Amino acid sequence: MRTGSGLGVEKVRLAVPDFKPSTGDPQNAALLKTFNDTFWNDLDNSGVVELVSKSFYPLQVPGQPAEVTFGLWNVPPPNAAMLVFGNLGVAAGKVTVQGWLYDVKNTSSPQVLGKQYADVPTDAAVRLIAHKFADEIIFRLGGGIPGIAESKIYFVSDRSGHKEIWTMDYDGSNQYQVTHQGSISLSPRISPDGSRLAFSSLTRSGWEILMYSTDLNRLVSFPRLGGGNFSPAWSPDGARLALSSSRTGESEIYVCDANGANLHRMTTGKGPDVSPVWNRKTGAQIAFVSGSTGLPQVYSMEADGTNQQRMTDQGYAVSPNWAPNGQFLTLAWTRKYGPGEPGSSDIYLMDIASKQWVQLTHDGGHNDFPWWAPDGRHIVFESERSGKEEIWMMLADGTKLHQLTFTGRNTQPNWSWK
Amino acid sequence: MKHRTLKALATVIALATILMLGACHKKTAPAPPPPPPPPPPSPTASISVSPDTIQAGQSATLTWQTSNATDVSIDGIGAVQASGSQQVSPTDSTTYHLVAKGSGGSQEASTRLTVTQPPPPPPPAPPAPSDEDLFGQNVKDIYFDYDKSNIRPDQQASIQADVQFLTEHSNINFTIEGHCDDRGSTEYNLALGDQRASAVKNALTTAGINASRIKTISYGKEKPFCMEDNEACWQQNRRGHFVYQK
Repeated sequence: MRTGSGLGVEKVRLAVPDFKPSTGDPQNAALLKTFNDTFWNDLDNSGVVELVSKSFYPLQVPGQPAEVTFGLWNVPPPNAAMLVFGNLGVAAGKVTVQGWLYDVKNTSSPQVLGKQYADVPTDAAVRLIAHKFADEIIFRLGGGIPGIAESKIYFVSDRSGHKEIWTMDYDGSNQYQVTHQGSISLSPRISPDGSRLAFSSLTRSGWEILMYSTDLNRLVSFPRLGGGNFSPAWSPDGARLALSSSRTGESEIYVCDANGANLHRMTTGKGPDVSPVWNRKTGAQIAFVSGSTGLPQVYSMEADGTNQQRMTDQGYAVSPNWAPNGQFLTLAWTRKYGPGEPGSSDIYLMDIASKQWVQLTHDGGHNDFPWWAPDGRHIVFESERSGKEEIWMMLADGTKLHQLTFTGRNTQPNWSWK
Repeated sequence: MKHRTLKALATVIALATILMLGACHKKTAPAPPPPPPPPPPSPTASISVSPDTIQAGQSATLTWQTSNATDVSIDGIGAVQASGSQQVSPTDSTTYHLVAKGSGGSQEASTRLTVTQPPPPPPPAPPAPSDEDLFGQNVKDIYFDYDKSNIRPDQQASIQADVQFLTEHSNINFTIEGHCDDRGSTEYNLALGDQRASAVKNALTTAGINASRIKTISYGKEKPFCMEDNEACWQQNRRGHFVYQK
């Protein structure tokens, strides 16, 4: 099964020598370290290039076009197809970064990309510049799919003493607390335009969907629905929300406008229905979890509630998430479940049309809440493989697994839409 | 002549007698000294207390009288007038010891005042147990099977006991919390806990408990009663838990 990463094509061999200082400012060294580390990490995480090991680089690396010697790069040992180089310097209270992407096999017209960025000389600004430039390169070398280096991950953390919603850069840096409800807040879901964060929180009147404006940095109004209200999910156009509510008895899937109006029930029948998620390519289907036949299984239906189909055939299947291409679901699945079945919850990928599946995580304790990155190449999820619940990230084929959070217990990651 | 002789004899005898008497007196009694002044009178002292038994907190009157004394004191009180009375209210039994000193000596007198402790206040009548206490003692949580929200047959007795108590205490409002063990997924467990709380509520309302008295809330696996990884602990966490609503 093709998962969107790699796609069988040979990855571009990309050489990325450290950027060089362009001025004599004493701040340069620290900022260059941040830039070079962040930039390398972004390209390495992207899944679209093969980075040439730095041990193969010539002693003299270029900081600007005039310093490039093609013959040192386009033959073994580096044997690079592409070369990224550039410089960084602080002057007059500003940091300026210049960067180039060269096709070193095409010596007559090598430049693919040339960029210049200027900002305040802070660690955060330089980190953002590295993400922006990395995304430019990944966009060009990765089949026109935007990179994710500027994307955010929202998640639940208990490190303040309560479960609150936190956010971080996609690489785990810049973690900070978003909500301060002081109760239990769960299931963060950022809107497609990034302006609103829906989540479920234990309020005085029970579990309600709350809406946080990332523009205003405060809660904005959303109607109290009554009953237990869980797991909000944005439609890809940002106009509607799906959610689970027990306002009329059992937990059922409802759809409403983004402001909470026009609430319609989509499911009926016994057993809890929860964790809806829209087909984020078409907005025409919703996958969800239902306990109507016993252990929870993943179902899909049209967004109007018709044509409900069971997707999983056995075990305990939860936390579906739709791939950006609309063809795949990820889910957390304990295929063999019950007494005497030491099965663990792992992340699976399912082709929706054929219901064929592949297992992406192995031998790593309890894994749950997979969520696709906007590039369709990465998946973030919650795992206990380090001993307690933390946020991990991997490529959609299960490789390049790495841990993003280390403090407290961190769960239910939600990747921004861009 | 004869008459003269007799007279002479009588005189001799008289003289002899006188001499004898005089000689005799001279031997035994010298001249007496002047009489000494009369000795000073000894002091007298008396002390009494009335009544001689009191309860702690009450007072008694101490009364004393002395005479022929210049220096009168009572232990614990100090120097006092020669005679007088004073209110005392010691907290413990006390012996009042009076010493009267005068030029004629000293005299002591004592009296004892017995102080009884007041009887402890009668223990307050045990407060009638509050509704909350009764609720805690009588209302039983309902336990569930794994991934299930139906009331098990072995939980029916608890349901019946709960219904009986809640019927008899129709003023009590309460919350049913739905809880799950920690093995499942967060969101599904919240819905499952919701279902469990509703199942308990339905069992009560079916038996006649007014639904307006009952709130339900799911905690999913967010507030476990027990944190261990075994079935006994998981069973503790799969329950409908009753909470008194103040």
